[in-house]
Parts: sequence; C-alpha cells; structure tokens
Amino acid sequence: MTDTAVKDTAKSELLDIRKRTQSSAVWRKVKDRMVTILVSLAFVVAIIPLISLTITVVANGMERFDAEFFTSSMRNVVGEGGGALHAIIGTLQITLAATVISVPIGVMTAIYLVEYGRGRLAKAITFLVDVMTGIPSIVAGLFAFALFAMIFGPSVRMGFMGAVALSLLMIPVVVRSSEEMLRLVPNELREASFALGVPKWLTVLRVVLPTSLAGIVTGVMLAIARVIGETAPLLVTAGFADSMNYNLFSERMNTLPLFVYRSYVSQGTPPEPDISRAWAGALTLIIIVMLLNLIARLVARFFSTNKSSR
Amino acid sequence: MNKDQKQQDFRRSDRIFARLAKVAGSLILVALAAVALFLIFEGVPGMLADPDTTSIFRGKSFWEYAWPLVFGTMWAAFLALLFAVPVSLGIALFITHYAPRKIANGLGYVIDLLAAVPSVVFGLWGILVLAPAVQPFYAWLFDNLHWIPFFAGERVSGTGRTILTAALVLAVMILPIITAITREIFLQTPRLHEEAAVALGATRWEMIRMAVLPFGRSGIISAAMLGLGRALGETMAVAMVLSATGAVTINLLTSNNPSTIAANIALQFPEAYGMNVNVLIATGLILFIVTFLVNAAARWIVNRRAEFSGAN
Amino acid sequence: MSKRIEVDNLNVYYGDFLAVEGVDMTIEPRSVTALIGPSGCGKSTFIRTLNRMHEVVPGARVTGQVLMDGENLYAPGIDPVDVRRQVGMVFQRPNPFPTMSIKENVLAGIRLNNRKMSKNDADDIAEESLRGANLWKEVKDRLDKPGASLSGGQQQRLCIARAIAVKPEVLLMDEPCSALDPISTLAIEDLITELKNEYTIVIVTHNMQQASRVSDRTAFFNIAGSGLPGKLIEYDSTSVMFSNPSQKSTEDYVSGRFG
Repeated sequence: MTDTAVKDTAKSELLDIRKRTQSSAVWRKVKDRMVTILVSLAFVVAIIPLISLTITVVANGMERFDAEFFTSSMRNVVGEGGGALHAIIGTLQITLAATVISVPIGVMTAIYLVEYGRGRLAKAITFLVDVMTGIPSIVAGLFAFALFAMIFGPSVRMGFMGAVALSLLMIPVVVRSSEEMLRLVPNELREASFALGVPKWLTVLRVVLPTSLAGIVTGVMLAIARVIGETAPLLVTAGFADSMNYNLFSERMNTLPLFVYRSYVSQGTPPEPDISRAWAGALTLIIIVMLLNLIARLVARFFSTNKSSR
Repeated sequence: MNKDQKQQDFRRSDRIFARLAKVAGSLILVALAAVALFLIFEGVPGMLADPDTTSIFRGKSFWEYAWPLVFGTMWAAFLALLFAVPVSLGIALFITHYAPRKIANGLGYVIDLLAAVPSVVFGLWGILVLAPAVQPFYAWLFDNLHWIPFFAGERVSGTGRTILTAALVLAVMILPIITAITREIFLQTPRLHEEAAVALGATRWEMIRMAVLPFGRSGIISAAMLGLGRALGETMAVAMVLSATGAVTINLLTSNNPSTIAANIALQFPEAYGMNVNVLIATGLILFIVTFLVNAAARWIVNRRAEFSGAN
Repeated sequence: MSKRIEVDNLNVYYGDFLAVEGVDMTIEPRSVTALIGPSGCGKSTFIRTLNRMHEVVPGARVTGQVLMDGENLYAPGIDPVDVRRQVGMVFQRPNPFPTMSIKENVLAGIRLNNRKMSKNDADDIAEESLRGANLWKEVKDRLDKPGASLSGGQQQRLCIARAIAVKPEVLLMDEPCSALDPISTLAIEDLITELKNEYTIVIVTHNMQQASRVSDRTAFFNIAGSGLPGKLIEYDSTSVMFSNPSQKSTEDYVSGRFG
C-alpha cells in the first residue's frame, strides 16, 4: 500500500467513525481510557511473575547459599550438607567448550554473510540461521546423543556431547549478533584499507573485526547467557553425576541446571535438604545469567559512548 | 622474501580466508542436515518398533503412543499462545505508545529479563509457587463453571499441576520474544500514518487501530508463530510442572492431563534403554519437523514483509 | 616517484549499465588534474578506475586501458591490491580507523600489510608523512591519541598522511574538502599545492573555485541525461578551461549556468 492510499483509507475510516460517533464523543474518550488501562495492565501482568520469581528464588535460595555449597560436591552426601561445586565446574567446562566451538564458526559465518556472501548460498544460510534459532533445545540434545551414540554406542555420556548440543543452540545467536555488528562497520573503513593496498582478508581481520569487537563480545556473552541455563539438552547428553569430573571426554558430568532439576525430582526423606539445594542452585544460576547479561550490556554501553564521544 | 612471492602469498591467503568463511557458513547447512539425518537414522527404527517387545509402548503401536503426546504439545502451546499474545501486544503497545519515552527502554529491558531466566528455574517456580497459588482458583472454577467442557472432569486437581498451569508458565516464557518482535514492528510504523491519524482528530486508541495495528499485522502473526515454536519445544518447565497421565482431553483443571513430546522425552530418557531410546528420538523427530515448519513459516512472513517495506 | 597516466578509450560498466563511456586523457606527473562536472556525470566512478577501487562494487568492470608509465593496470595478472599500493586515495569523508591511534593510522598501510619495520623506521615514517601532510606540528605531542579525536580537517590531513606513508606514485582525491569547513579546506588546498612537487594528483571537486585555484589541468565530464553514460567533454589546461573553453557546455558549467 502506498502512503497516500493508507492516508486515504485512514481518512475515510475516520470520517466514518466520526459520523457514527458524533453523538458519542464521550464514548470514544471512555474507550480510549479503557484501552490505556488495559495496556498498562498487560505490563503489570507480565511483571508479577518476574517479581514473584525473583523473591522466591532469593528467599529460598539464601538458606543454602553458603560456603559448603560452593566447595563440595554431592559425593556420599545423604540428607543435609553437600554442594554444587561439581555442577558449577561442569557448567563452566561445558559452556566454555560450547563457546570455543561456536564462536569461530559463528563469527566466520557472519564474516561470510557480510563480506563475501552473495546469491543463493548466503540467502539460504541467512534463512536457516533464523530457523535454527527456533530448534527446541531438547532436539539439539537428541541430535548430539544420536551422533555420539552412533560412534560410541547408546550408553555413551560425556560433557563434550553436551557442549556439541549447546553449540547447536549457540551458533545461530552468535551469527545473528556478529552479523549485525559487522554490518555496522562503515564501508568507508573497508575502502580506506583497500585504497592502502591491503588485501581483503587482512582488511577483515585487522580493520573490520577490531572495529566491531566490543559488539561481537557483547553478542557472545548474551549467547553464553542463553545456553548456560539449558537443562534439557544436557539431560540426554552429559547426564547426572554426584562427583567431580574434570574430563569433558569421559563419563557423566553434572551441570548447574541439572543439579537444580535432579535435586527437585529425586528428593530424599526428608525432602527439605534437597529442595533447599535446588533453590540455592537456582539462585546461583540466575546470578550467573544476570551477571553475564549485565557485563554484556556494560561492554555494549562502554562501546557506544566511546563512539558518540568523537 | 621477495616482493612477488609476498604478493602471491597474499593472494593465496585471500583465497584461503574467503574459502574458510564459506566453509563456516556451509557448516550451518550441514549441521541442520545432520540434525535431520541423525534423528531419522535413530528415530525411524523407533517408529517401526514392535509394540509387543518395546516396553515403553505398553502394547500400543508407535502412533497410538505418539498421538497423545502430539496432542498435548499442540494443546499446551495453543493455550500458552492464547494467553501470551494479547498480553504481549499490550506490553508492546504500552512500551512504544504509552510509556514515557525516557523509561520505555528500561521497561523493555525488564521484559527481556524474563527471557534470561533459565527454564529449570521457571519449572521450580511453577511447581512450588504458581501451582499452589492457582489451585483454589481452579477449585472455584470447577465448582461453579462445571458445565463448560474446559472446566469439566471427574475431580479438580489437588496440586494445581494441570495443563493449564503448564500453559501459564509457558505463556510467561514466550512473552519476551513476542513482545520484542511486536515492539520492534510497532516502532517501525511510519510516523506519517500516525500523524495523519492524529491530525484528523483520532484518539490514541483510534490512531493505533487505524495506523499501528494494520501496519504490524504480518509482524504480529510471525511473532506469534515464533512464540508458538518456543512453546512447542519448551521442555523442562512442562516436565516439572505438569503431572501427566497421557490422556487426550481438553479438561484443564483435573489431574488427568496429556503430556508433551519434549517433557515426555526429558522424563523418560534417563531411564530409557534399547529400542525405547529410538522411540523417544522418533517423537523428537516429529517435534523437530513441526517446529521447523512453524519457524520457517514465521521467518518467511517476516522476510516477505521486510522486502515489501524495502520497496516502499 | 610520480608517474604519467594515460587513459585509453576507457568504458566503465556496472553490470550491463554503461556508466562512463570512451574516456581518453593523459594525466601529467607532478601536476594537479581536476575532474569537474555535475552530479552523476561519472567523475567519481572514473577516478576510482585509476586504482581499481570500483571493483569493490560487485559487477563493476571496465574495457579499455589505463597505462601508468606504459604499464597497463588492467593487464591480466595484475593484482588490484598491488595497483592500490601505487595509487593512493583520499575520500570524501575523512575515514581514520577508529580503533587506531594517530600514529597507527599513519602507519596502517605498512602495518596492515604485515611488513616489519624497526621502531626507528616507524617513527621516521610517521613524522615524515605527518610533516608531508602539514599535520606534524598539531599532533606531535599526542601521537598515541585516537585518530578520531582530531577535528574534521585534521582527520582529512591524517588520511592524506596515511595515504602518502606507503609512498605511492599517484594520489587520488575524491572531493576531499566536501565535508570540511572553509578554513580546513584552505589548509588542504595549500597541502595539495605542496604535494604536487612529488606526486601525480587527481582531484574530483564540485567547487569551481577550488579547481581553478589548485589544478594545472581540468577535465570536464558531463552526462546527456539520466540512464545515459557520462563522457569526458573537454580536457585542457585549467586557465583555458575557465577562460576560453572550446565547448559551449563547459562554458555554461564553469560560469555556473547549470550544475
């Protein structure tokens, strides 16, 4: 529709409304007021779960948010005590491995799309990256399981499987954000570099990437924040464990989200110690995710003020 | 190193780098194809498994086993969408057209915070806070509106862990993505259209109905579909909150609830062995295909829209 | 340094579209040649063919020859990257690299190409280039500050310093003053007059006074209508072009009757 067409229809519609409602200007005002209330209410409705969730997680999580929780595993723990150290280490290792896999692939793909890609391949990749962001996390887990089961047999479980599953979820996020950042680099800088006789690959590596680095780092951190809380894909790949396991490539490895889940579903008698541990794990997880988000936003803010100050 | 050789090295590096970038991009295609292939390899045997020897089936065929799960997945996602879309639209309008400009961004950030909460935490909250909180309300609905099929059934759930609660949690979880996209689209409404409407004496709501909503229609649809994709695939929150029996029913308040594909996999997988694993992967394949189609359709609508607005 | 450029029946295409048609001209070394003409006449497109920068746009290609001291820039086997090392370029808007300091910006052409040099050499080249761009006095105490911290006119001179640091034969300037205030413009014009002692300079400008002030020879490009290719209408010494051009359209343009 063209602008004028829109304006014309808008105009005729409005004249229509006016005719119908001339006698009821009050009604129009009331309706407007009602919608304002409804719309504000929608916002409040969304805030309630957020507040309730924050309060319960903090209130219940504090009980076991102690030194023991961060210094011991669940090996030979029955009842009270024990901690999530094994799960925290596992989460860090698996997430780090997923980052190591995802960032090079994601950033290089973004470079391909922005600096090289034309035609059908680039279009197909762009489309599929978008679709890939929507893959259910459990499906990513099943994929990693099927892949490794084919090689090592169906009873295989290891941290690295989880990392592969998480990469599948992380790559599209990294591609999207890096692509956006690379596109923000003004073409003039590329031209300046070309005009100095710098070949394209060095222009990309030495001029384009450094210029967009802060933005890419922000995107990667948000991607990490997204996958660090994933439970389902790890459930079918890395599995549960009660003990420390530093080796990504053998045996089950516990992670923080699974620690929370497991503490809740396999409660002992009495259940209270398990439930407290679950909440403490949830609090830890939320703090990690929020910190990642905060740092990412700080990096982004620092970057943008830097830019506008010139 | 002489100059010519350096020149040649550069040219070779240029080609290698370009190829590396292309390989990385192609890896995305390969990965998606691999996801489909591996799920097919491991899943198809599950679809063809013998009902008598595969314990997970309990004597039923694969499709008899899978159908209630498919129904539960669709039903829960549909309910979640039903709650989430109007609220998301409201929030997006509130942020873009009602809230003072200064705090609008901050409000958007608050909504984004919801997206940052891990699903296992939502699950915990759903069981221990939401379900007990809504149970009395369910009981009231059951007692007083029993004649409506949705609120019918034998007995109201005593724990509140019904499909309705699961759908409520799902709705909260998909709010941020629907809000984010519709917000973006509302912001793109041409100023001209809005001003034209206001200049003609429209109230704010009339302006929104005339200029903002029609402009954003396809965007709203695709945002809803992306939310639907999320809801279909969400696993942990449902697995934890829902107390499922595998029934196919539209009753919302009883303890007789259908399960979802994703939640069923999460619950069964740790204990599964042999052919049961393949059966679960087969249901995962169904989920993959459904979400792929939903997401592809949503993206297709978004992209088509982007091309249109580019032409204007 | 400084080489003669001979352009021989050059056509520039974007895909199937012929943007510039049939240019023949000889650009003298150690002189300033100005390209003038109305918007869209192809002068910017043309200047970019002199260092093959037009190839950055996909689908752009040329037919014909550009000879630099007899060597065809478009001969098979010639790497455009190599051409650009000999033919430097300064753009409309100053574009220092935002991640680099003033000094790093000057040395960018060398450093980005992975060439090693000692710290002394680096200091010498930086000073020499900045002096060459009339910027040394203003920045010598803050060489490590970001290049983006300078004013627009200083940034443009920084870009010129960056271009001459790689010791090119030819310097192309695509409307180098269009984004600058009058005082900065004057500084750049003075600089151009100095630089022509060492370099072959080609400058695109919209400003007739600027062309008459700085250039030795002037080329007038024009376009017959939209969708038609730009052409070189007249090319002569600047004094002739501005006082006694042989073409009616040149006279109309330089006297401000159109464009």
